[in-house]
Amino acid sequence: MTSATINGIAVEVPEGTTILEAARSLQIEIPTLCKHPDLDPTAACGLCIVKAKGINRMLRACCTPLEKDMQITTHDPELVEVRRSVVELILSKHPNQCLTCGRNRNCELQTLASDFGIRQVEFADIVPDYDLYDDTSVLTIDPRKCIGCGRCVEVCQNIQNVHALCFLNRGYDTRIAAAGVNLGESPCVKCGQCSAHCPTGAIVELDETAIVWDYLKDSSLLTTVQIAPAVRVAIGEAFGLPPGTNVTGKLYAALRRMGFDRVFDTNFGADVTILEEGSEFIERFLHRKGELPLITSCCPAWVDFMEKFYGDMIDHFSTTKSPHEIVGVLAKTYYAKREGLDPARMRVVSIMPCTAKKWEIKRGASMSASGYQDVDVSLTTRELARMIKQAGIDFRNLPDEPCDRILGEYSGAGTIFGATGGVMEAALRTAQDLLTGQSLDKIDFEAMRGMKGVKEGTVVIAGKEVRVAVAHGLSHVESVLRRVQEAKEKGEDPPYHFIEVMACPGGCVGGGGQLYGVTDEVRRARARGLYSEDEAMTLRKSHENPEVKRLYAEFLEKPLGQKSHSLLHTQYQARLTYAR
Amino acid sequence: MAKMTFEELDRVREEQRERTAKTSWIRIGTSTCGVAAGAEAVVRAVSDEVRRRDLPVEVQRVGCLGLCYAEPLMEVNVAGAPRTLYGEVGVETALRIVEEHVVNGRPVAGLAMPGVESLGVPDVPSNGTKQVRIVLRNCGMLDPTKIEDAIGRDAYQGLKRALSELGPEGVIAEMKASGLRGRGGAGYPTWLKWKFLREAPGTEKYMICNADEGDPGAYMDRGVLEGDPHAVIEGMLIACFATGCSTGYFYIRAEYPLAIDRIEGALRQARRMGLLGKNIMGTDFCCDLEVRLGAGAFVCGEETALMHSIEGRRGTPRPRPPFPAQHGLWGKPTNINNVETFANIGPIMARGGAWFGGYGTETSRGTKVFAVTGKVRHSGLVEIPMGTTLREVVVDICGGVAGNHRIKAVQTGGPSGGVIPAPLLDTPISYETLQALGSIMGSGGMIVMDETDSMIDIALFYTGFCVEESCGKCAPCRLGGKQMHLLLEKIRSGKASWSDIGTMRRLCTTMQKASLCGLGQTAPNPVLSTLRYFEDEYRAVIVGAPA
Amino acid sequence: MADAVMVPDISRTVQKWRSKPGSLIMALHEIQNRYGYVPRNVSLQLAQLMNVPLARIYEVITFYNYFRLEPPGKHNLSVCMGTACYLKGAPALLDTLKNELHVEEGETTPDGEFHLESVRCVGCCGLAPVVVANGETLAKVGVNAIGGLLARCRNEQKED
Ligand SMILES: Cc1cc2nc3c(=O)[nH]c(=O)nc-3n(C[C@H](O)[C@H](O)[C@H](O)COP(=O)(O)O)c2cc1C
Ligand code: SF4
Ligand code: SF4
Ligand code: SF4
Ligand code: SF4
Ligand code: SF4
Ligand code: SF4
Ligand code: SF4
Ligand code: SF4
Ligand code: FES
Ligand code: FES
Ligand code: FES
Repeated sequence: MTSATINGIAVEVPEGTTILEAARSLQIEIPTLCKHPDLDPTAACGLCIVKAKGINRMLRACCTPLEKDMQITTHDPELVEVRRSVVELILSKHPNQCLTCGRNRNCELQTLASDFGIRQVEFADIVPDYDLYDDTSVLTIDPRKCIGCGRCVEVCQNIQNVHALCFLNRGYDTRIAAAGVNLGESPCVKCGQCSAHCPTGAIVELDETAIVWDYLKDSSLLTTVQIAPAVRVAIGEAFGLPPGTNVTGKLYAALRRMGFDRVFDTNFGADVTILEEGSEFIERFLHRKGELPLITSCCPAWVDFMEKFYGDMIDHFSTTKSPHEIVGVLAKTYYAKREGLDPARMRVVSIMPCTAKKWEIKRGASMSASGYQDVDVSLTTRELARMIKQAGIDFRNLPDEPCDRILGEYSGAGTIFGATGGVMEAALRTAQDLLTGQSLDKIDFEAMRGMKGVKEGTVVIAGKEVRVAVAHGLSHVESVLRRVQEAKEKGEDPPYHFIEVMACPGGCVGGGGQLYGVTDEVRRARARGLYSEDEAMTLRKSHENPEVKRLYAEFLEKPLGQKSHSLLHTQYQARLTYAR
Repeated sequence: MAKMTFEELDRVREEQRERTAKTSWIRIGTSTCGVAAGAEAVVRAVSDEVRRRDLPVEVQRVGCLGLCYAEPLMEVNVAGAPRTLYGEVGVETALRIVEEHVVNGRPVAGLAMPGVESLGVPDVPSNGTKQVRIVLRNCGMLDPTKIEDAIGRDAYQGLKRALSELGPEGVIAEMKASGLRGRGGAGYPTWLKWKFLREAPGTEKYMICNADEGDPGAYMDRGVLEGDPHAVIEGMLIACFATGCSTGYFYIRAEYPLAIDRIEGALRQARRMGLLGKNIMGTDFCCDLEVRLGAGAFVCGEETALMHSIEGRRGTPRPRPPFPAQHGLWGKPTNINNVETFANIGPIMARGGAWFGGYGTETSRGTKVFAVTGKVRHSGLVEIPMGTTLREVVVDICGGVAGNHRIKAVQTGGPSGGVIPAPLLDTPISYETLQALGSIMGSGGMIVMDETDSMIDIALFYTGFCVEESCGKCAPCRLGGKQMHLLLEKIRSGKASWSDIGTMRRLCTTMQKASLCGLGQTAPNPVLSTLRYFEDEYRAVIVGAPA
Repeated sequence: MADAVMVPDISRTVQKWRSKPGSLIMALHEIQNRYGYVPRNVSLQLAQLMNVPLARIYEVITFYNYFRLEPPGKHNLSVCMGTACYLKGAPALLDTLKNELHVEEGETTPDGEFHLESVRCVGCCGLAPVVVANGETLAKVGVNAIGGLLARCRNEQKED
């Protein structure tokens, strides 16, 4: 332990604690702009400066460990003046466009400018005229709004190991960009983690809410909507509810009030995914039909990553589509048929924690298995939150409403899809029953839960050892893949039989399209929200979902059957990209 | 060649000494400046002439003598005539000197350099009586491409003593006794840095020689690298030995192709001779050194940026702590010293720390090399004991300003330093005194300005430099530097009001306090020091400045 | 035009540096020395062969003054704008060259003959002002010498 004083208050913290953390433990808020709790400090902004007695220069609180007997001052008129000048300097090279900015009222720079009461920027206006990048159809990068904090680069290069983004040039001409090309030609996998970590509006998702309003305006269309598991435990934050609050019922109500004709739930699709994927697993594991390990594929950023960088491992991918694509195709086939609707006049809108889903819905021909594009628009949690506000809905006080049938009922297994390890846990619940032909009581697989980057375990089912792994955050994923490749090269048994992968740290609860301000604490709270819903349910296994059973009985016949194959499965192809 | 041992080193030295004593020679300075001034043509002409006439004289290509203003330089030493240094030698004059001095034994009085006396190390020519040459002991005295030349002039004797007598702890003790402080600018005690590295846990450690020399207008390190590469290599080896490193890197700026060549060549020779590599001089000390190049970024002189650059990344600094001694190159404990720092080590080991500490002042020991340039009559490299006054350097040694002008100021410390006005030139040079004047010692750039030079221009020049060289990582420097530059332009154009000076001071404080690395923290110094000593120049262009 | 020879050439560079940690900058120096700049397709190959992300290569190329993404001119003129040269009249040299060649700093003449740059000190400050012409350092260059320098460059090129 290290003891010191901050603003005259004694503090004792573990060795290595930064001045920033130590100050927070004393309820002292030091302003920061470049530091993000997920990331190593870049020390770029210079706002977190503090004074230490006996040291002439000012120290950066975000990255300086508190040392024994330090006497720290965090706030005095000089510190405030220097900090204000730094904010002013940043504003001198920043376009004054808050009103039309994706981060208006939700921007760390704007908040600082407001807190420091900056009324005028005394320095010259040096806003450059860099071009916008928006060619991924997913993200828009406005390098003029970039304050050079380096968070996106840190995420993209070190957490995701994609290396799409980097800084080009130097000095005041330093800018954020892909490697000399547009983002669309880069290895970017559209995970959106850069946008989720950017403190400003420099990287935002493409806003497609207008398209959805157009659907809703058009009375000749039947517009359906579905919400992903991870959305229900995050969107409440936009309305002042604590992270992890499960607002499923309110969401259904809000969507209905906004004018959606049918409100479905992606969780239903998740249960279907498990049946298909679980069956794939059994085929491969028991009947040796296909490569092991089987790797999940419901995360489109991960699909993109695999296609780009591990084209030789495509055979390991589950061909089952992601849950919202399954709901999309079933809406335009199964549901349309039952209700006598013309799929050409139907629209499917997905509300996702995800930016990559915007790309997934147009990934290839199999995304139009119904004969029409199965999902028409995919909005992020953030986009929906804005729409709810536009619609004038007092979200917090809405009554709970139920989902529409027959693409709405779901099991606890379906809901935990939204957290890392959830897909694996759901799959194991189903796989063990299918393998043993019994209904087993073992429901919880705790080893799959939590924020550890790679989680491993061995499950004994019907006397057979099933080795599984769960990885989230693409650099963790790669470490798992490498183990698989190494075993393959050496001709050894695969280290795992089944692997769950999510591109975003924490899984979809920490998705790139979720509400801003995510930290591990928030991820955990959101995941807890999902797990408690699961625990409270009696229906906790995908294959026991009555609507799913009905789907197979009335329409699909059996998992991996011919109809499933044409509607619920997809193909992958290696995509060449430049080295990263 | 016999296996290198302590005895073999001494044998080569003796052999070389005898050979030198017997040889008549013509030395021509072929460092970058000499070449730029036309030395290659002189070498060619003289060599041809010597060969044609079959003269018993050896033509040697040597390093920088430090008298840059008089390049090309040629020194002649033949039996029966006094050793003479000639300046501004062209092909024709060179041939004339060969004819008269070499052949006829009569030095050409009219062409000899005036005021060149032998000082310090007895055979070093120098343009003044105040110089003591430790760092530059061999520059201009030997052919830097021949390791035997260097050994003949005591190269690797310090290493020998370190290995045979002192041991690592003894080396550090000797360093402590010498009082040597880093010559790269900050002046941190070298022995202490070595001690930290030695005590750092782990077996994989790195030593780096900072040869980035980014200060525009300074070339002390180039002079040593080109003129006496083995001095730096020896220093590096001793440092590696004392701290437990088996790998070292030279980080040399790419703008110095000749220096790179010389170091690479010297490393090859040292390796071949068994002074580098496995079991150096028969001991169990193993060490190898490699060259890595810069690529045009001043900020890479900063330690953490430099390490990023060696790792093949953008040269952006990172916060310290952790310090390089804890977490350096590839995360391993590392020490970085400047070229000049290393060049001092050999003599300190060979002659003892106390000998070295005998020069200089109480807190600033030894000598310091300065590159004196600008509006000075005799620009060049000068090595003086600390405590010498600025005036002695600029006026006594370098002849004051040229033409009919008067000295206005001297700038030290480059973009991180400040101007010192003429009335303060009697200040003795030391780390502390220069800092007290609002400048810094820096690495040794000393730019002389006369009264025709505008101080606002100078401030503008340096801030322009910092704008171009800022790495762009941290907001205070990336944007503050640019705004400072724009504000100075506004001032120079006569469009500023006095309140802009207030804004300027606020900017300076912000950069000093909130910038991440030394570049941004010190970038305001040229502005602040010109404001401090030459405020009237600012007042003159600002309408409505208060009296 | 040089595309055909690039493959073997860079594999030699790669072989030399790949096993040494952090040698990207050394490899880029070799490439630029060979081609005068770092062509994009060479960067792409380098990324593959050295197993370095292309983004890293671009970060580095655009950070360091030394590396270029565009081909240089046939004759490269750098005016030293270090402190010593600045004081001794380098700005006038630079202006003269800009006027004579009708280019700004960092630009190449439309005919590809001359590329003009400034450099911050080549360490020859004692002989200021200095111009580096095609790698050769010229000392104490006066404004009057510029015409001759350009003429010499032009002639050289006529001869070959
Ligand atoms: C922006 C910046 C540039 C620097 N440039 C150099 C340089 O070119 N050469 C050098 O030796 N030190 C330079 N330094 C100082 C080094 O960071 C470091 O302190 C020095 O190399 C340590 O060696 P020393 O202890 O022997 O002086 C620079 C520092 C800063 C902040
Ligand atoms: S990024 Fe923030 S400060 Fe900049 S325009 Fe957008 S909201 Fe305003
Ligand atoms: S905050 Fe000010 S500038 Fe912004 S919308 Fe309101 S009135 Fe307009
Ligand atoms: S979306 Fe993901 S991969 Fe693409 S730039 Fe952002 S962080 Fe990198
Ligand atoms: S784009 Fe955003 S996250 Fe990336 S450096 Fe700029 S401000 Fe930071
Ligand atoms: S958890 Fe993620 S991948 Fe799964 S359905 Fe939800 S958004 Fe899609
Ligand atoms: S982890 Fe979820 S939110 Fe993130 S990219 Fe994958 S599906 Fe989208
Ligand atoms: S002070 Fe300047 S050079 Fe140093 S880190 Fe900041 S931006 Fe880079
Ligand atoms: S090389 Fe010459 S001209 Fe260039 S900076 Fe040095 S002294 Fe000045
Ligand atoms: S928060 Fe510490 S430097 Fe930005
Ligand atoms: S470089 Fe030759 S004397 Fe200076
Ligand atoms: S200032 Fe021009 S060479 Fe140093």
